[in-house]
Amino acid sequence: MTETAALAAIKGRSLWGDAWARLTGNRAAVVGAVYLLLMIVACVVGPWLSPHGFSTIYRDYVRVPPSLEPYPRSGMIAQSLEAAASRARVELGEWRLEDGRLIAHVRSSRPIDERITRYFDRTSAFENAAAEGKSPDGTELTIRADIERHRFLFGTDNVGRDLFTRTLIAGRVSLSIGLLAGFVAVVIGVLYGATSGFLGGRIDEIMMRIVDILYSLPFIFFVIMLVVFFGRNFVLMFLAVGAVLWLDMARIVRGQTLSLKRQEFVQAADALGVNQAGILRRHIIPNTLGPVVVYMTLLVPQVIILESFLSFLGLGVQEPMSSWGVLISQGAKNIGTANWLLIFPSFFLTTTLFALNFIGDGLRDALDPKDR
Amino acid sequence: MPGSSPILQIRGLNVRFRTLDGAVEAVKDASLEVSSGETVAVVGESGSGKSQMMMAIMGLLARNGEAKGVAAYRGVDLLKLSARQLNDIRGRKITMIFQEPMTSLDPLYTIGDQLIEPIVRHQQVSAATAGSRALELLDLVRIADAKRRMRSYPYELSGGQRQRVMIAMAICNNPDLLIADEPTTALDVTIQAEILALLEDLQKRLGMGLVFITHDLGIVRRIADRVCVMQLGRIVEQGTADRIFEAPGHPYTKALLEAEPEGRKPPPPKGSPTVLEGRRIRVSFSIGGGLLAPPRVELHAVNDVSLSLQRGQTIGIVGESGSGKSTLARALLKLLPSEGIVRFTGRDVSRFDQKAMRPLRRELQIVFQDPFGSLSPRLTAGQIVSEGLLVHEPSLSSTERDRRAARALAEVQIDPASRNRYPHEFSGGQRQRIAIARAIILKPKVVVLDEPTSALDRQVQKQIVALLRELQETHDLSYLFISHDLKVVRAMADHVMVMKDGKVVEEGATERIFEEPHHPYTRRLLAAALTGETVN
Repeated sequence: MTETAALAAIKGRSLWGDAWARLTGNRAAVVGAVYLLLMIVACVVGPWLSPHGFSTIYRDYVRVPPSLEPYPRSGMIAQSLEAAASRARVELGEWRLEDGRLIAHVRSSRPIDERITRYFDRTSAFENAAAEGKSPDGTELTIRADIERHRFLFGTDNVGRDLFTRTLIAGRVSLSIGLLAGFVAVVIGVLYGATSGFLGGRIDEIMMRIVDILYSLPFIFFVIMLVVFFGRNFVLMFLAVGAVLWLDMARIVRGQTLSLKRQEFVQAADALGVNQAGILRRHIIPNTLGPVVVYMTLLVPQVIILESFLSFLGLGVQEPMSSWGVLISQGAKNIGTANWLLIFPSFFLTTTLFALNFIGDGLRDALDPKDR
Repeated sequence: MPGSSPILQIRGLNVRFRTLDGAVEAVKDASLEVSSGETVAVVGESGSGKSQMMMAIMGLLARNGEAKGVAAYRGVDLLKLSARQLNDIRGRKITMIFQEPMTSLDPLYTIGDQLIEPIVRHQQVSAATAGSRALELLDLVRIADAKRRMRSYPYELSGGQRQRVMIAMAICNNPDLLIADEPTTALDVTIQAEILALLEDLQKRLGMGLVFITHDLGIVRRIADRVCVMQLGRIVEQGTADRIFEAPGHPYTKALLEAEPEGRKPPPPKGSPTVLEGRRIRVSFSIGGGLLAPPRVELHAVNDVSLSLQRGQTIGIVGESGSGKSTLARALLKLLPSEGIVRFTGRDVSRFDQKAMRPLRRELQIVFQDPFGSLSPRLTAGQIVSEGLLVHEPSLSSTERDRRAARALAEVQIDPASRNRYPHEFSGGQRQRIAIARAIILKPKVVVLDEPTSALDRQVQKQIVALLRELQETHDLSYLFISHDLKVVRAMADHVMVMKDGKVVEEGATERIFEEPHHPYTRRLLAAALTGETVN
């Protein structure tokens, strides 16, 4: 055989390749993955596309129920108009709508200042109000204004903010905390666990006792302490959640490492003269990744729930930012009068967790060596 | 004695598995009959479908498998029964024992509990009656001190004893048919001979049919009435044992019969330098000695063993599991802490620590027994083979490393084009070749071969033995060959050491050991291995 012929090589099918094929064959996992992807895209892109800002307040539309029809409704125009006129201290005359535009006549006993149009602009129902056709004595004015139409798919909250946009923004926060804190926990946990298990002996003993001590700290107490000392902020959330969740990961990886360490291929590497860092990097860590990936998909929902729990207690993100936990907490307070405030965020949270768990289960089946 | 009425009739059985690569036909159109009192051996290499055929009739196929055809037990087609109906037959009328005695017993229950449960379930008797029946069974399978063993947990038993318990469980309901799937493969030769004698005896006494699945023709010759040879899922030949052994019809049967490691190794030239020398090697483990544990006990896994290995020489180390042969080899490679003096090419390396040993590792290589466990599953064959270069010749470019890996693979007769494949895509024999390539790529002086052929089929074994001898000649290697398989040792070694309980009981030139063994233990080993007889 010539050297050049020898260098052409057949592409092998790795264990990851096999696992991928098995994963894509699992319908629940694929549906979960697609759903999660859509959720991520919606949460990232959605708030930019939404016509409402997440902190924009519509004073006229406080706690309106979810609907496909735009506001203002027919009755509401009259109401808004009267409210605006009385705020401007003018008397409302006759008014009519002409292809989506408002033409209203107002009068007053004194000459009217044209700047009263801003009272109309300030309402949620009208925009681009302009004065025209002022009577010679100045006591009568015709105002022309566009009608501002708003759709609130998920309704609005207690102060009149669009729930749809807020749910998506909250999803951004929840998902990014979930993914980032999950990732941080995995990186720390894998390195710590693999090192501890591989080195063994006294070092292992000390490292695992540290883990045990951290385990025994009450989590909520720990978070409250952090908040008391450093005040509430987003980064602190990562730290608090990540600092607790890597412990499980470290234990799992350590267990894996202990069993891998006795495998013959590790002994073989040792007999080849590979140093400890090389064995850890090339042989131990890649072989622990299967369970790690599975655990991570199950860790992310855990982090999201933890964050929601902290936010529910009021230790999490602050207004006007929001997370699913915060929204649910607010929704729970209004469950009698405005149940949509609870229903929509909870639906988003639970379905996302469902999707993540499906993916986790699928991965576990796909990576299980016994099924091979 | 072969009876007249067949208890099991398999006709046109097909077994297929749906896998990621499409359907795989494991068994194709197999037909077989077993009468009561008859022993039928199903012989074939691993992957020939011999186990799957039996799993199919027992309804034990993996989830992605399906069986078609007829498998009738006394006229009832087993393949058409519901799981419930099948449970009345399997475990009671047809029972099975498996290869791995270590994992077939539930570690959480005592031997007694595990025996009593199926008796109570199938015979509807009280637990006390079942208990006395279980005791009888343990006596029947010749477990010493049966009363005490009833209360033992599986971990307290040796492999041979566990296999005896498995047999007791299998015969507790007086089955018509016993299917034994490689029941002796995982056992030492002397114990293997005992288990075979036991099975033979039980079958005569109970008059059941016995289906014996194995890849070892030595066993077949000893116990089978009829032989059925399988290759690639097909039954290629069937006949009485005498006929098959005297006048095999199919070329594959002939190949199987000839698949005994053959030839002898030419001795190394006189006056070759000593490469590896061990003096009074002793390896001890201490057990216990914790705060609340019983006092510390010293266990000598290797006790006062000396050996010297010359260039080009092969020393065979023989012994049963637990005799300390692998421990000795690891101590010589300084993979385990030990006492005594180890000299490598004249240098005393006894005091070297792991770090100091690392540069020497390229000269001292090891090939392990288990071709499935010794290759990292997430690296490609090429990466595995070239890992040693990464450590010992870090200056090599990756293309040069790749070229060297390809050459090493070609040397062990693996197509270098397949070096980007992963270990699970290779067969057992191919994996063992890859492990050998990994050892020789560094051009070592000494290679320890720790049971390199034990997990392989006879035919593959023969090829590996030939390959190892060839490599030894081209590279002037010295081998430390550890095995419990005396036929392979005879074909490989110049010098044989027989170990028992950490000590060398006898050593000498290979021919001398095989022709006139002195020590009774050596004689027993040889008798068990070469003729399958038990000698007391």
